[in-house]
Amino acid sequence: MILAPAAQLPMSSGEEFTAPGAEIFWAPLIGEGDWAITEQMVWGGISVILISIALVMLTRNVSIVPSKSQFLFEGFYNFARNSIARDMIGSKHFLRFVPLLFSLFTLILVNNWFGVLPPVMNPTFGRIGFPIAATLVVYVVYHWVGFKRYGFSGYFGHMIPEGLPGWIKPIIFPLELITYFITRPLTLALRLFGNMFAGHILIVLFVSAAAYFLTQGVVFKVLAVPTFLMAAVMWMFEALIQALQAYVFTLLAASYIAGALAEDH
Amino acid sequence: MDITGNLSLVGYGLATIGPAIAVGLIFAAYINGVARQPEARPLLQPIAILGFALAEALAIFGLVLFFL
Repeated sequence: MILAPAAQLPMSSGEEFTAPGAEIFWAPLIGEGDWAITEQMVWGGISVILISIALVMLTRNVSIVPSKSQFLFEGFYNFARNSIARDMIGSKHFLRFVPLLFSLFTLILVNNWFGVLPPVMNPTFGRIGFPIAATLVVYVVYHWVGFKRYGFSGYFGHMIPEGLPGWIKPIIFPLELITYFITRPLTLALRLFGNMFAGHILIVLFVSAAAYFLTQGVVFKVLAVPTFLMAAVMWMFEALIQALQAYVFTLLAASYIAGALAEDH
Repeated sequence: MDITGNLSLVGYGLATIGPAIAVGLIFAAYINGVARQPEARPLLQPIAILGFALAEALAIFGLVLFFL
């Protein structure tokens, strides 16, 4: 499945080294152009199937005295439920957003970890379409709950923080409009995309550079060892970053929902 | 030796210095807070991550401008 990056590895000594670029993310399987079915789409689908099977298996035989796997799963679920949803949204409203936030967290975590798991080695969210889709869901949800709670004009009035002197409100209002409608979704999508994109390129860069060194002279062959070590370090660092980004995405989604719902800022 | 590439890469590298310092300051403050009062950790953690995410947004804007 990882034909695209592997094909770039230099195999003979005559080749020039080319640093990996954005093209390593373009991996069409069926078709070509804008409507091609890419590797990332297939892995995204497989991740949904895997998550569904795992969650059904884990919750099928729930008991009051939990088994070991149930205990671990409850810890994972409680992390999304309590540390993200309840702490950000508050105990009054959080319960109806737990399914959304838990699904987002699980989906993004599994898809991000695809970026460091050997059979896949391809972070699904490194293609901009996936973060945009996930952000679109959050975008619609937090504006929807805001409009529903405060009414159309009330929601826009709610965007201005309380307790400001009257003359500054016309200046703050456009800034808040930009924050709510442009900055928040833009940064939410691009943060996830940028981290996955840059992290994957970094790993491929170190691995392909080390493979290139192996085709060169003796000095370079020795240099390949620290380069491979660095690739391994980056691999572990990426696993950490990917878990952190799944957490950050869900945390920010929860905080945007909380901001649209909050009594005051 | 020919050096090819885009000067905006250098610009983006410079642009990340600001957010990098900001992220460092945020986590320094978080570590300070937890060291002084370990039981405040669950309270401080989401705040630190939120601040980190907001500071990082500046670097992300830089990334967007690089692609423009």
